[in-house]
Amino acid sequence: MEKVINWVDARFPLTASFKAHLSEYYAPKNFNFWYYFGSLALLVLVIQIVTGIFLAMHYKPDGALAFASVEYIMRDVPFGWLIRYAHSTGASAFFIVVYLHMFRGLLYGSFRQPRELIWIFGMLIYLMLMAEAFMGYLLPWGQMSFWGAQVIINLFAAVPYIGNDLSTLIRGDFVVGDATLNRFFALHIVALPLVLIGLIAAHVVALHEVGSNNPDGVEIKKNKDPVTHHPVDGIPFHPYYTVKDILGVVVFLIAFSAILFFAPDMGGYFLEANNFIPADPLKTPPHIAPVWYFTPYYAILRAIPPMFGSQFPGVAAMGIAVMIFFALPWLDKSPVKSIRYRGPKFKIALGLFVIAFIGLGWLGIQPVTPLFTLLSQIFTAVYFAFFVLMPWYTKNDTHKTEPERVTDK
Amino acid sequence: MKKFLFLLLVLPVTAFANTALKLDHAPVNVHDHESLQRGARIFVNYCLSCHSAGYMRYNRMQDIGLSEVQIKDNLLFAADKPGELMKVSMRPQEAKAWFGAPPPDLTVIARSRGADWVYTYLRSFYRDDTRPTGWNNTVFDKVGMPHVLHELQGQLAPVYETVTDPEGNKHQVIERLELVKTGKMTPVEYDATVADLVNYLAWMAEPAQTQRMNIGLVVILFLGVFFVVAFYLKKEYWKDIH
Repeated sequence: MEKVINWVDARFPLTASFKAHLSEYYAPKNFNFWYYFGSLALLVLVIQIVTGIFLAMHYKPDGALAFASVEYIMRDVPFGWLIRYAHSTGASAFFIVVYLHMFRGLLYGSFRQPRELIWIFGMLIYLMLMAEAFMGYLLPWGQMSFWGAQVIINLFAAVPYIGNDLSTLIRGDFVVGDATLNRFFALHIVALPLVLIGLIAAHVVALHEVGSNNPDGVEIKKNKDPVTHHPVDGIPFHPYYTVKDILGVVVFLIAFSAILFFAPDMGGYFLEANNFIPADPLKTPPHIAPVWYFTPYYAILRAIPPMFGSQFPGVAAMGIAVMIFFALPWLDKSPVKSIRYRGPKFKIALGLFVIAFIGLGWLGIQPVTPLFTLLSQIFTAVYFAFFVLMPWYTKNDTHKTEPERVTDK
Repeated sequence: MKKFLFLLLVLPVTAFANTALKLDHAPVNVHDHESLQRGARIFVNYCLSCHSAGYMRYNRMQDIGLSEVQIKDNLLFAADKPGELMKVSMRPQEAKAWFGAPPPDLTVIARSRGADWVYTYLRSFYRDDTRPTGWNNTVFDKVGMPHVLHELQGQLAPVYETVTDPEGNKHQVIERLELVKTGKMTPVEYDATVADLVNYLAWMAEPAQTQRMNIGLVVILFLGVFFVVAFYLKKEYWKDIH
């Protein structure tokens, strides 16, 4: 065995890579609950890729065959239902895990200097994930697939001057049709996964370059053992965090299996009832709601009224709402990173932001009423205020002194 | 006559508004093989002449306790082999000409409409001579489908009540449906028959569901045991970290 490893090591940095990223990657010893979601996101990615490969073996990206091929997978392919439900549950699980992972970043200031690039790579992953989910949702070719795609692609038509050409370019036709289904399939199973994997690699490499943040927001690299030159508050990722993450994986898989095996529709949130009706370009469903993970942005879109006879302001607001996360490392002026040492202003702002985000998510599913539109507008204002006012309220906030070393809980 | 015209105008709106939220709960139990088999018989006899279940194979009914011979002898009217899909011989163009719209495929109807909707719908047909078929439905106003099960249920007629809307206008709305002509079955028997049929539709919408839940139980039990192992493994490794 050793001989083989030596042979490989002379030609490829196997042992060196293992050490650099696992057995001698020193992570802070005080990771808490919120630190499980990075590794869980990686797990969900693997679930999606593996189930996706098997789905692609049986799925037909053809307007006349797609819906039936999904039912074929559900009925005639051995364990096809398991593969399909794992993939559909995995899509929602991906967003749950990623939203919690991003929230961890907000809590402990993980986006702050020197981790700006990790945050930017992460945001690019989030954008790609949204595109991936959106295109994947067209593939079952049900009514919600079709009309959801119709609504979202029409948003691009609201862009001034180039809008109509742009939306035609995306669809490959003047309406959502076979051409759209084919290109979305290609992008969903080849192009976007490649980009995603590249970005995830960059995200992890950047993380391992600067080292992980922790719930105290203090840099463990400032305090190294004089003899070993390892951070005194760091422990090797392997075996400590590998065994700890196994625990997280098991708990996650229990929740994941509970949904997959006992409520794969999740009451219509993970698989919408209307999507069991084949796509019909002539029959518009009375109520088109996107899948839950897009609803906060959909609510922002609907909150902004058309201006100068154009829907563009709403579309722009929706785009900015996603993109504004990129600016976070430069908006936060607090001298401390972690919420543990921040003052009341940031805590209130973050609390309001969470309420606004969840509130918008809920409103995005509801039909439009005057009250709901007003609520959406209030929450949209809160959403943007969280970012726009951040330089002010983080600079003028009180804060506690950060400890020299990480604390035990 | 005037009153009648008025009714015709407001009914579509009010009937929908009145009943859309009041669905009866369908007593679905996909583990009850006898009920599923009775439902399958009604489905094949009454539904399958116009509606297809084009993603479902006849021989899948082996999962609800029928043998291939039983399926072949009793249920195979529109197909030659039990391995075939439950297609319908009516052409979509003809169906459109006869009913206004081709009857939808019913394979996954219990997932798109919900079992409660189907259960209520099949018990809510009433006589309406203004409709081409002579039938209307309180759950699905101006439905193109005639009451196929009327010889079992008999005929229902609407009983109206007057309600005042927030603007102060009075409307006639259907308060309930009343049996005016008895069929082959009593109302209790008819409800039970529809329950069997809906049970079958709920099962057919996802034949793997019983297997899914059985496997799920084993998976979660395994993960429960694995959790204990993972918990002590972590504890053992972490005992020196303070």
